[in-house]
Amino acid sequence: MRRERAPLAIGALAVAGVLFFLVPLLGLVLRTPWSDAPRALTSPDTLEALRLSLIASLSSTGLSILLGVPLAWVYARIEFPGRNLLRALTTLPMVLPPVVGGIALLLAFGRRGLVGGWLDATFGVTLPFTTLGVVFAETFVAMPFLVLTVEAGLRSMDRRFEHAARTLGAGRWTVLTRVTLPLIAPSLFAGAVLCWARALGEFGATITFAGNFPGVTQTMPLAVYLLLETNPEGSFVLSLILLAVSLLVLVSLRDRWLGSA
Amino acid sequence: MFRHTSLVTAAAALVISACGGASGSAGASPTALSGTINVFAAASLTAAFNALGHSFQQEHGGVTVKFNYAGTPTLVTQIEQGAQADVFASADATNMDKLKGDGFTTGDPKVFAHNVLEIVVAPGNPKNINGLADLAKPGVVYITEAPTVPAGRYSLQALAKAGVRVTPKSLETDVKSVISKIELGEADAGIVYTTDVKAAGSKVAGVPIPDSDNVVATYPVVVVKGAPNAGTAAAFIAYVLSAGGQQTLGTYGFQHA
Amino acid sequence: MSLDATVQVVVGTLELDVHLKTEEGEVVALLGPNGAGKTTLLQAIAGLVPLSAGRVELDDKVLEDAATGQYVPTERRSIGFVFQDYLLFPHLSVADNVAFGLRARGTAKSVARSRALEWLERVGLTGYAASKPAELSGGQRQRVALARALAPGPRALLLDEPLAALDVTTRAAVRRDLKTHLASYRGIRLVVTHDPLEAAVLADRLIVIEHGRHVQTGTPIEVAEHPKSRYVADLVGVNLLRGEADHGSVRLSDGTLVSAADAVTGEVFAVIHPRAVALHRARPEGSPRNVWSGHVNGVELYGDRARVRVEGRLHLVAEVTPAGLAELRLGDGGEVWMSFKATEVAVYAA
Repeated sequence: MRRERAPLAIGALAVAGVLFFLVPLLGLVLRTPWSDAPRALTSPDTLEALRLSLIASLSSTGLSILLGVPLAWVYARIEFPGRNLLRALTTLPMVLPPVVGGIALLLAFGRRGLVGGWLDATFGVTLPFTTLGVVFAETFVAMPFLVLTVEAGLRSMDRRFEHAARTLGAGRWTVLTRVTLPLIAPSLFAGAVLCWARALGEFGATITFAGNFPGVTQTMPLAVYLLLETNPEGSFVLSLILLAVSLLVLVSLRDRWLGSA
Repeated sequence: MFRHTSLVTAAAALVISACGGASGSAGASPTALSGTINVFAAASLTAAFNALGHSFQQEHGGVTVKFNYAGTPTLVTQIEQGAQADVFASADATNMDKLKGDGFTTGDPKVFAHNVLEIVVAPGNPKNINGLADLAKPGVVYITEAPTVPAGRYSLQALAKAGVRVTPKSLETDVKSVISKIELGEADAGIVYTTDVKAAGSKVAGVPIPDSDNVVATYPVVVVKGAPNAGTAAAFIAYVLSAGGQQTLGTYGFQHA
Repeated sequence: MSLDATVQVVVGTLELDVHLKTEEGEVVALLGPNGAGKTTLLQAIAGLVPLSAGRVELDDKVLEDAATGQYVPTERRSIGFVFQDYLLFPHLSVADNVAFGLRARGTAKSVARSRALEWLERVGLTGYAASKPAELSGGQRQRVALARALAPGPRALLLDEPLAALDVTTRAAVRRDLKTHLASYRGIRLVVTHDPLEAAVLADRLIVIEHGRHVQTGTPIEVAEHPKSRYVADLVGVNLLRGEADHGSVRLSDGTLVSAADAVTGEVFAVIHPRAVALHRARPEGSPRNVWSGHVNGVELYGDRARVRVEGRLHLVAEVTPAGLAELRLGDGGEVWMSFKATEVAVYAA
């Protein structure tokens, strides 16, 4: 079987597309002061921001999976009036400017927010300026990615496998955990990775809702932004770290996951 | 025919002087200014400069003034990375010196205003903040600007002068964000400029800081090197420094140059 | 053990209305054309499709009753189902697939596994325990599907076109094996098929279903000898007529009279084997009282025979030798005369 070759026009456009992404990345790599890199990498502030970013983004992904998979399941399997509208609303954070998302979160979970006010009054719990607030902000913007991907996976799977499982005596929970979820594992994985990547890079909602303080709410993107003002070269190094981590994850998302998702 | 010629000559002279005015000659009459200028100004200058821009445009019909407000360090980065600006108004000398030292200014910066700090709280001062020391009270959520922002640096200095040790819950990117969070009720107190408290009107309340602890912020302004409309830029700066401009600044709470 | 199912289901344009009763000791095949509703019937019995009306009882236990709203969910019915394309779980090994039903019902992992391995041995797939379904051939997958359905020890076994997914050469061998396995299983056995040969080999009793309705029931031989619908007649390869019989005359719906030798009265089916239909170029004289003209509408050669479709007052298929065909010098559309003897007409009650 001959390997397929791209038609000229498609190939040219594809190359342009690649350059569009590669040139900025190249710029970042070339302009970084590599001699400063080790110091910047090991500075306590950087490590703190990195640690916080990883903890927060992984927690957000976990929360997104916990809430998002059931949501995707409901959207894919249950018919109810207003489903399309509800789905659109919960996908909104994807298109909303992140800062707007942050403001919305404040109005809901801030000290005087709809729910936040009650939380403060009853339990003395506030979310802004806390790491949990960061997790909330990241989950808000990143979960839609997971829901969308998992829902697509659920819709495209052959439901007769679930029927087969039921004839074998599997109750609904067993069907879900031993048949449905394993069958959509590629979609679930891809959705989780997209979600995690989005959470890791989140800035606008985080700084608006959770604020910015090293060790508590200053994630990598915030650190980079602030560093840009005083020490641009230092911010390049941090940016590269974020880049490297993201690249590592995406590369591990090999064809077999993205292809079959 | 003689009369005709002089009419034509007069018209030509007007046209020529109008063209000449755009290239930055100091002798051009005010009515000859035209074009657009981009003014990059510190966030704390928002209200005042909007007013200044408005009256400048009214005086010079052909001119449009566009503003870009942000934390001063952000503006410096933007300019150095190639953003197109005609005028740069900084909230401190340090950032201005940096821009100048990196070679992005034309001519000497001029100080056009001063500002002092003030504590900002919710209307009615529900947490009963009466001074810098109260910021450290338990149960008070205190936020300020990041130390890279002039106001943030000044707030650290003021607290040091007053001998108060308090950890902010957040380091915002500019004074406006601090004000917003006080307005929204997310934080109880912050340190901003008196002009910011004034600009926020009834949505916030201010608690003065005694002169002994306070820090005076110096606001210099300069024409940016390579400004597309340097002539109008210089005219705008002149206006800011003029009696009329100073008076306007005063109404917003700034102190004289 | 017994199954008593009255199933009325409306799915899209299909209106299924069938009553079915069977007991252990017989293998019942549901035979019918595609779209007849056979699979839907099976799914309804399994509880995968809700009843619009009717009732399903297995061993005197009500599984579903549309009138009272009673409904036992699929997973609690003791019914094994072999699907047309097997639906083996692709992410589980062959052994885990077979053990699935046991594990789902709470059997301990080790016990389930050993039972699964026993079953694999029984269907001749020892050594494939760790393989994934994708690595197996069609025939092997069919056996895994069967083992998987039987491992939990269900009271009823439903098979939906069990051989349809196999190629012709594999089918014969698998059919033999399936017959053996079915014989060793002591429970209700229902097989859905559109292949009359499959039905004839596997089943003790046939139920013919067309357009969602029950058409006839009987042993394969009974059904073949007395087809009660065009579909079955075509399957068997005979001519089928329907009419009102009265002392040797059968009056068809359009008034045509056919002479038959039987003295049956009432609504009847009349079957004439194609071999009994003679073709002539000119109107024949002599004994046959059933003579009609018509024109040829198609000729098919089947090795040493030719089947000629003739349309006229009656539509019949005549079977002639290729030599006879040549003699007749038939071209499509040419006029012919067909005849058959009254004694060749088999008549039976409709």
